[in-house]
Amino acid sequence: MTIDETFSGANKIFIPFITCGYPDIDTTINNVIECVKNGAEIIELGIPFSDPVAEGPVIQNASVKALKNGTTTNKIFEMVKILRGKYKIEIPLIFMTYANVIFSYGTEKFMYECNKIGIDGIILPDVPFEERGEFLPACKKYNIKLISMIAPSSDNRIIKIAREAEGFIYLVSSLGVTGVRNKINTDLGKIIKIIRENTNIPCAVGFGISTAEQAQNISKIADGVIIGSAIIKIIEQHGKNSPEYVGEYVHEIKNAITQK
Amino acid sequence: MTNLNGRFGIHGGQYIPETLMNAVNELERAYNFYKDDENFKSELNYLLNEYAGRPSRLYYAEKMSRDLGGAKIYLKREDLNHTGAHKINNVLGQALLAKKMGKTRLIAETGAGQHGVATATAAALMNMECVIFMGEEDIFRQKLNVYRMKLLGAEVKSVKTGTGTLKDAVSEAMREWSARFDDTHYCLGSVMGPHPFPVIVRDFQSVISREIKEQILKLENKLPDVIIACVGGGSNAIGSFYNFINDPEVKLIGCEAAGRGVETFETAATISTGKLGIFHGMKSYFCQNEFGQIAPVYSISAGLDYPGIGPEHAYLHDIKRAEYVAITDEEAVKAFEYLSRTEGIIPAIESAHAVAHAIKIAGENKNKNKIIVITISGRGDKDCASVARYRGENINDD
Repeated sequence: MTIDETFSGANKIFIPFITCGYPDIDTTINNVIECVKNGAEIIELGIPFSDPVAEGPVIQNASVKALKNGTTTNKIFEMVKILRGKYKIEIPLIFMTYANVIFSYGTEKFMYECNKIGIDGIILPDVPFEERGEFLPACKKYNIKLISMIAPSSDNRIIKIAREAEGFIYLVSSLGVTGVRNKINTDLGKIIKIIRENTNIPCAVGFGISTAEQAQNISKIADGVIIGSAIIKIIEQHGKNSPEYVGEYVHEIKNAITQK
Repeated sequence: MTNLNGRFGIHGGQYIPETLMNAVNELERAYNFYKDDENFKSELNYLLNEYAGRPSRLYYAEKMSRDLGGAKIYLKREDLNHTGAHKINNVLGQALLAKKMGKTRLIAETGAGQHGVATATAAALMNMECVIFMGEEDIFRQKLNVYRMKLLGAEVKSVKTGTGTLKDAVSEAMREWSARFDDTHYCLGSVMGPHPFPVIVRDFQSVISREIKEQILKLENKLPDVIIACVGGGSNAIGSFYNFINDPEVKLIGCEAAGRGVETFETAATISTGKLGIFHGMKSYFCQNEFGQIAPVYSISAGLDYPGIGPEHAYLHDIKRAEYVAITDEEAVKAFEYLSRTEGIIPAIESAHAVAHAIKIAGENKNKNKIIVITISGRGDKDCASVARYRGENINDD
């Protein structure tokens, strides 16, 4: 299944985010399986970075712990192979990480590996439109979608970003970093309208979403919902036993965004 | 030296979240307008001269020169500026710019606390709100500066993430800025981060080399042979180098913090031990592991304790226009003590790294009668407690 095929139906897409290797690789594997079982259609796999400037405290903490446990880029590649092979996970998998993780690995070599193990896309929160050229040629060569982000502060930048976007657009719901928010004040409808006028690429909203009600409201205007920190919090609370609880949560969110 | 999109050769750029792009674009537009605005320039000059005490002295260190028996050594006395370091040059410029942009609040990172103190000072002067992000470890090392910031009316936020030092303070300030930039300017303290910061900070610090040039021509009727400055992010060094970059006969030397040695893991010497990477908004050299994870760095000097280096320095290194050397804690502490006893000048432990290199080379035959300028980027009062601790003495009350 490709990203394009996933978004082709009328369904609203749920995209959970999981920090790889938190609390360990085996738990991450089980969490991914539970997410898929409970209706997740795309999974965002975070390759932890030591200094993630776009993350709030929850994902920062998970990243630091994952790295302390010895999680590396190579071990995550191995994990994806297992998910695709042994566990027959067929939905799109995308990496979320920071520029230096890829750059230091060797951009070409990184994308080659991604293609080989079946990664569909990459999200790089510290690579804005102007710096896409650093990674785009290798992404194109190995058929990895470089997902574009649009923020509440993008204003005059929305059109050019939307027109160059591929896979789906990651619309950031609020200013600041990732993390649970009680309320989202951005006029997302207005931004989505501009995006739709300029591209057919679907649009998923992330940052700050945690409750079923929030997810449902977002799903009324967007094509997909992305949730990270709320899931990492569940993993933080239940550790190795988290997959069961993550599954329950994914089920609840999926149910909320499914139009009846 | 400024290229398209803020590139210095392959270095620089704007590797930041989309959320911040319009904030840096707005800053760039404002800076490009005001840097050539006569009113802005004269207001800034007034502040630099009347408030900060510029121009700073270029002092002939006669005793030191005689003692080392070779080169003629001059000290560029940035330690004599108001607030005790070169940081005020940049901060007055940025605070004035922020004010013109209609911002009412300044945020900043700080390592040794000198940039935090300078920012808190400018905020007090210009009636702005001020929040300083400082690593937990640095708050412990630099208690005096923490107190000064609070006294000046700033809020000091302790950063507990990561290594609790300068890089974590930068990350936290960036996170705060991405949540609030309508009324807030991020007053970045070094020639690093996303474009346009490396250009803005360098321009505001270039007053150092402009003055050195005027002063040395008056005193010696020729350009210096060597300029030495310490490098963390590299703002006092780029300020000291900038107006000499096109004078190839002037040798430029940046001194990085080797900590316990470049062969150990306890070092902050980026050029010596780092590799090319992308972090904190820029492409440059960074201390990192094989998977690109930023390395925890170490130096006795909180101000040099940073895993990267500004993109223009990375470029000057690439084209071999400047040379970068690594100075250990031990060498810096010895130089700290040496300058205190020889010239009666207590330098910041950061600046002591530059002094240490001058001590090494001043006596060399090839430097006989050559002119060496050392930038004393700040005063060392703040470092007395940690140098005493290094020497096994506890001068704190606790």
